[in-house]
Amino acid sequence: MYPSSFDYRRASSVQEAIAMLSSDEDAKVLAGGHSLIPLMKLRLASPSMLVDIGRISNLSYVRKEGSQVAIGALTRHRDVETSELLAHEVPILSKVAGQIGDPSVRHVGTIGGSTAHGDGAADFPAALLALGATMVAEGPSGRREIAASEFFKGFLETALAPDEILTEIRVPTGFTKYAFQKFNRRAQDWAIVGVVAVRGERTNVGFINMGPTPLRATAVEERLSAGASVEEAAAVADEGTSPSADINASVEYRRHLARVLVKRALSELG
Amino acid sequence: MTMTDSPQQERIIGERRLRREDPGLLSGENRFSDDLVVPGALHLVLVRSPHAHAKILHVDANAARSMPGVVAVLTGQDLQSEWAAPMPCAWPVTPDMKNPAHYPLATEYVHYAGECVVAVVARSQIEAVDAAGAVIVEYEELTPVLDLEDAVTDASLAHEELDSNASFVWSLDPNPEAVEAAFREAAVTVSERYVQQRLIPAAMEPRAMVVVPSPMGGDYTVYSATQIPHVLRVMLALTTGIPETKLRVVAPSVGGGFGSKLDVYAEELLCLVLARRLRQPVRFTEERGEGTMATIHGRGQVQYMELAANADGKVTAVRVKLLADMGAYLQLVTPGVPLLGAFLYHGVYDIGAYSFTCTGLFTNKTPTDAYRGAGRPEATYAIERAMDTLARKLAMDPAEIRRRNFIAAEKFPYESVAGLVFDSGSYQENLAKALDRAGYAELRAEQQRRRAAGDPRRLGIGVSCYVEMCGLAPSRVLASLNYGAGGWEAATVRILPTSKVQVVTGTAPHGQGHETSWSMIVADKLGISPDDVEVLHSDTAIAPHGMDTYGSRSLSVGGTAIYLATERVIEKALKIAAHQMEVAEEDLEYVGASFRVKGSPDQQLPLAAIAFEAFTAHNLPDGVEPNLEASISWDPPNFTFPNGTHIAVVEVDEETGRVQLERYIAVDDCGNQINPMIVEGQVHGGITQGVAQALYEEALYDASGQLLNASLADYLVPSAAELPSFELGSTVTPSPTNPLGVKGVGEAGTIGSAPAVINAVVDALADLGVTDCPMPATPERVYSLIQQATAAR
Repeated sequence: MYPSSFDYRRASSVQEAIAMLSSDEDAKVLAGGHSLIPLMKLRLASPSMLVDIGRISNLSYVRKEGSQVAIGALTRHRDVETSELLAHEVPILSKVAGQIGDPSVRHVGTIGGSTAHGDGAADFPAALLALGATMVAEGPSGRREIAASEFFKGFLETALAPDEILTEIRVPTGFTKYAFQKFNRRAQDWAIVGVVAVRGERTNVGFINMGPTPLRATAVEERLSAGASVEEAAAVADEGTSPSADINASVEYRRHLARVLVKRALSELG
Repeated sequence: MTMTDSPQQERIIGERRLRREDPGLLSGENRFSDDLVVPGALHLVLVRSPHAHAKILHVDANAARSMPGVVAVLTGQDLQSEWAAPMPCAWPVTPDMKNPAHYPLATEYVHYAGECVVAVVARSQIEAVDAAGAVIVEYEELTPVLDLEDAVTDASLAHEELDSNASFVWSLDPNPEAVEAAFREAAVTVSERYVQQRLIPAAMEPRAMVVVPSPMGGDYTVYSATQIPHVLRVMLALTTGIPETKLRVVAPSVGGGFGSKLDVYAEELLCLVLARRLRQPVRFTEERGEGTMATIHGRGQVQYMELAANADGKVTAVRVKLLADMGAYLQLVTPGVPLLGAFLYHGVYDIGAYSFTCTGLFTNKTPTDAYRGAGRPEATYAIERAMDTLARKLAMDPAEIRRRNFIAAEKFPYESVAGLVFDSGSYQENLAKALDRAGYAELRAEQQRRRAAGDPRRLGIGVSCYVEMCGLAPSRVLASLNYGAGGWEAATVRILPTSKVQVVTGTAPHGQGHETSWSMIVADKLGISPDDVEVLHSDTAIAPHGMDTYGSRSLSVGGTAIYLATERVIEKALKIAAHQMEVAEEDLEYVGASFRVKGSPDQQLPLAAIAFEAFTAHNLPDGVEPNLEASISWDPPNFTFPNGTHIAVVEVDEETGRVQLERYIAVDDCGNQINPMIVEGQVHGGITQGVAQALYEEALYDASGQLLNASLADYLVPSAAELPSFELGSTVTPSPTNPLGVKGVGEAGTIGSAPAVINAVVDALADLGVTDCPMPATPERVYSLIQQATAAR
């Protein structure tokens, strides 16, 4: 559990961090470190340089901007969990944040780090996908916005270029009804399967750990917009998913859980 | 037996005193082995076998040797001349037990994934890790033996040099004809197969050690995170040839063991011989991911359990056959673990016919050894699960079938069919108290309501009654079991000139709070404050005699030794007091830390004054030596038999198979309690470990013998978040085995809990026709049981 040797540099601004990243194609961004460091300790990731953006002062915030809430990438899970603005405007995010890992994880991990890691088994990416959030990235050629639906590309792979940094996440308000069904064996564990459901003018459903990336439960959403009942929609919940088997669950059991949890989440929406 | 102190004295025993150990632990002041700063210490990192079973073809260490900071890279062949003997197994349970030679580094073959192959020593940990990564070992893979029921067929062999996977067959068959007759005449029989899955102990502190040589003096100080500094010193001397007098073993603060640190490990031996060879301190700290493979595992049994019973539910015979997984090698007490349960498969029940056979089998997995409860949780699980099955067959309530079979309170001391003498107990009263505490009748009514309503949140109630033998152990009994050591414990109590008290104990606490409890025993007896009593332990230079801490033995054996040593000190002080006061000894009584003349309480001499007299020795009676000190080595006359009733209430989610432990009620009888707060702490931890076996934990292997859940992200040790607040109670039947009337409580929670939880899970699904649920009751496993049962209906 000792990583390979690497250089460490601490950036004091986003621009400086981008310059550091551009100087070394094997460099990686370090924020809370809760996704990256475990991979490095197992030597599954061996970046030549870590660019620590953790001390950049103006990347931790939650603020209302029109019909969106902008969340700085360095905002800790705990701050998302306890933000009064989010509790009022995007309550699903507070709920999801409060169930990530354990208190020490929630005090260190960041929403940007979790999102940029792009893990299909993580809670935030699926929630942001269900919300139709927008990711704001900054790189050498400037700033761009990426829709959540375009952001998660593959297993631990996102639309971010190696020299780009995720700086902000913009989430729409208006999803006043929400449900989060996280099925795991211990409170601190990753979801075996998780379901995020939000309802505003329409109902969106996101899946945790039902494939290599976070997923939208498209079949469910389509059935619902066509007027199907909760039971009818939930019955097809696993359509279009590609869960894998591991020591916690077989593929079939994950598909079954997806149907049960979607039913429960939709019933919770009322 | 009751304690003999004068009732006038204020009692300290029985107080809920905060643990004196905790400020140092909570503030981070305490130093664990890895915290010790040893200038110049070299770091040992092991290259371990990636294969479960293979022949070592070639080791290429050239690249590693030339890497920065590397001091030595050594193979098993390189170190073979260092050993005076192979690694020790102290419990050859049968004369013909097979025990393949086990050296700290493998030489020709490897027999489990994680076995040490090459030792890399470097100036820093990171340099050693990098160099270990550069060692190239070529292997020829061999077929691994992984499953017990395969192993027993000898279709392939775990050890290529043996002709069988069986290490030993051990039987206890006191009345075979009676067993035959009972099964022949039984109105109803039960025949079940249970699997005790392998568990990974997962103490909070991983193993760590550092050996400091004094190159001129030729002696060595071994600091190790061990439960057994005394046993370790003996074994280090025997395996390395270093005279015992040149070895000092210190166990600094130790963060839990659960049996996993009741062992002698390859890394301890390697650090010692490398320190001897390199003449520098050498240290090793395991990583969690290697500890899960290289530190012993627990359990690992297949149990074939049979009961014969009358139509009214009275059990007439127990017949059990075990396959016990030794793993790849016999560690310190590996073969003895199933024997610690061998006498207890009839549980708390008065059963006259008994048959037990255990086959110890080698597999190509991490060696097993004692893990909290060691043999007794397994025995309790089998009998308590089987009693529930019997109850179901007879359509009888699980509580009622237990009542009908209990050993009656008036039968104690009870001579069991297996040859034990149960010291004391009141099982009916204990069960009644637990049922009352649980609100058993209301729970059953609620279960019926939910069933009638078709509620998918099914309620299950599981009862488990247990008895264990602990207070290990009468040395003569250990001799009859062929154990290689005694079961006594040593204590010294000395009153210093300023009347402060030093207690030296041979117990080796690693979380149990001995300093607090031992100070209470002495303070209670002497009539002083526990704050005036210091407890010294876990350093063979300070406490040269001891048998260490395991098997719920420390209070009943070690605490008794301290109690008796305190009594001797008072006897000596009495002689001095009588001399000083010029009265006869029999005219004095000891009350409130003073000797006073009976009937004239104004005429008194405080213990403090006598302590100083004993120090100056100016005016001692003839024949009385200076100093107030007494040492005792106490060998218990019998085991102690803690017992209790545990009740688990679970909710099973029919749609997902998820089991939620809703309530947990435990009424334990550990005899007299020194500090009820510590008792409760032990019960809390014990229950959690048993619940962990029932619902969460299992060492999982793939078909090639790789451990699949080697990290604590994958090996699911439950936390407080998964558990309800436990509802605890107690009954007290003082043990006549020792003057304190205590029984021990370290393992009780673990022993009672796994069957209570699984009985509850099966109870929740019983109306569907489910009769068993393997451990751990994972959501997917429970869900498929529900599916199968529903499909079968």
